[in-house]
Amino acid sequence: MFAYLLRRLWQMIPTLLGVVLLIFFLFRKFGVDPAQTLASLNATPREIAEIRQQLGLNEPWWYQLALFVKGIVTFDWGRSWATHETIAHLMATRLPATLTVTLPILILDTLIAIPIALGVAYVRGSLTDRAIMVGTTVALSVSFLVYVIVGQYVFGFRLGWFPVQGWSDSTWTNLVVYAPLPVLLAVMVGLSPQTRLYRTFFLDELGHDYVRTARAKGLTEPAVLFRHVLRNALIPILTNVGLALPGVLIGSFLIEVYFSIPGIGREVLLAVNRSDYPVIQAVTLYVAMLTMLANLLVDLSYRAVDPRVVLR
Amino acid sequence: MTDMPDFASTSLASTLADPAPLRRADGVWRSAWRRFRRDRVGMLSLAIVLAYVLLIACTGSGLVARHWQEEVGVHYAPPAFLGAASPEASGTAVSAAAAASANVDISDVDPLAPRYKEWDERAAQYHALARPIAATLPFGGDRLGRDVLAKALKGTQISVSVGVLAAIVATLIGASLGALAGFLGGRVGDLVEWVYNVLTAVPEILLFFAFAAVLGRGISTLVLIMGLTGWTGQYRQVRAEFIKHSRREYVRAAEAIGASAGARMFRHILPNVSHVILVRMSLMVVGFIKAEVILSYLGLGVATDQVSWGTMLAESQSELILGHWWQLAAATIAMAVFVTAFSLMADAWRDALDPK
Repeated sequence: MFAYLLRRLWQMIPTLLGVVLLIFFLFRKFGVDPAQTLASLNATPREIAEIRQQLGLNEPWWYQLALFVKGIVTFDWGRSWATHETIAHLMATRLPATLTVTLPILILDTLIAIPIALGVAYVRGSLTDRAIMVGTTVALSVSFLVYVIVGQYVFGFRLGWFPVQGWSDSTWTNLVVYAPLPVLLAVMVGLSPQTRLYRTFFLDELGHDYVRTARAKGLTEPAVLFRHVLRNALIPILTNVGLALPGVLIGSFLIEVYFSIPGIGREVLLAVNRSDYPVIQAVTLYVAMLTMLANLLVDLSYRAVDPRVVLR
Repeated sequence: MTDMPDFASTSLASTLADPAPLRRADGVWRSAWRRFRRDRVGMLSLAIVLAYVLLIACTGSGLVARHWQEEVGVHYAPPAFLGAASPEASGTAVSAAAAASANVDISDVDPLAPRYKEWDERAAQYHALARPIAATLPFGGDRLGRDVLAKALKGTQISVSVGVLAAIVATLIGASLGALAGFLGGRVGDLVEWVYNVLTAVPEILLFFAFAAVLGRGISTLVLIMGLTGWTGQYRQVRAEFIKHSRREYVRAAEAIGASAGARMFRHILPNVSHVILVRMSLMVVGFIKAEVILSYLGLGVATDQVSWGTMLAESQSELILGHWWQLAAATIAMAVFVTAFSLMADAWRDALDPK
């Protein structure tokens, strides 16, 4: 187990190095001159030259790359060019808002989609099944943006069930007052693809011999479905949830921008519009690392779910 | 897989021009088309997609909706079937009231009165193009009084082209890298696999933002970035297919008769996996069209002087609060019909091409 962990962590290094190289060269090769961005509008060429000197832009590329890597290893991401806030502080203050919205979305989506998918898979080919499949196809063809626009208008503006938008300093208020509308809309959107996907997982399992055996020995249908089929389908479901985990950390850009939620996603978009490279670079790297860790976590959880899995 | 005739041998047979009355088995595409024709949902969706293609050809060549930018109606002109808006709702009421109050004759006290005639004559030398401003439009107008129907037609062209072009770029990258990695393996395979791992380690949308931050905005950039970041799924699938096929007997037979690596990859294996590539590509089109909408809303997609489903929906956010729902409806319907038809068509193609 320990050896497995060590090897998996070791294997992440080349990938991570690739991400570092990609980000470094992408911004260095195609980006604007950071000194120009940082200097005030009427800076003299001498001031710009000084900033270049400070940032080490006059050094050879490998020296700059080494500086970049050093910043990553020491978790010293530097400061935002736009607000001069340290990036570590920026992430720490924006992450709670993002999690307040994304965690409920992920949990609700999964918990609601599993029973629907199981039910639909169980009555495969029936009118209910076909109606739900057609419904999800149509639901999937409407843009997320339309759900958000119409949802805010209907539930927030017309019916007044939720505030149209807003955010406070109290996590509890956010969770109870401001988050429900974005969460509701995102769950509505996420439900269709999740249901379709989980349905195929359950259909796969329902075709196996063990289901017939379980029925033959006289188990009730709920026991067959929940004790056998559901547990066997957990591996692909877990994989899917694991793949969604990194998204939880950056949040939904659309939701955060639309509802003015001060989370990571909105911050990244602001950074893109302001050419605030350090923020984009840091968030990209940090999410890449977390993605790899999430994948490892998923692989480890297979062991917990299915004792037959041997981690090698 | 033995029931799938391999293209190399069929083309060989046709070059020999065998006149014998032997009925040759249908090719993959012909038999797939036979199966596809039996799928009623597939045929219906194909018809809808073809109608869209025709429409796009019309708007692209300038036959239809060429003047979508002209402000032909009043602000937020309602759709014709709703009738004209009440005067208070639009700005026309003010000018009408002003005209009504101006008919008091004050020429005897007006010091400028003797010169009006002269001015009128001079003004008559210039021709002002008076364009009638419609009170209603077929499917309503936007904030500037542009025809929503024309915008939807033009937007359809832009959105669908962006999706299709991006899918082509992504497919070219993904399929050629997948073919290389799957067929050659070894060092090349490891290298490409590393690139794949690096790109998939970063969530796609974040990768897109990083590229957009440095490459800028615009339709061609949008296509390029979506292609550059979106090829990984296609790569994965093509690589798996090439690994599977490169060990098949027909490929080894081709090798035995001296076919070069390139010929084996592109003349022998590629036709046998092209249906996989095609189906994956059509799924990508749908994904990219949806991405364009979100990115245009976030300000990273189609610029505001162009029109796409994304920019229309972005504009409709503030319109809906004022009760002007038609632009939202037009873009949503145009998109939903196309995306549904296209997805169903892709599903039908997949079933027809891969009967297992």
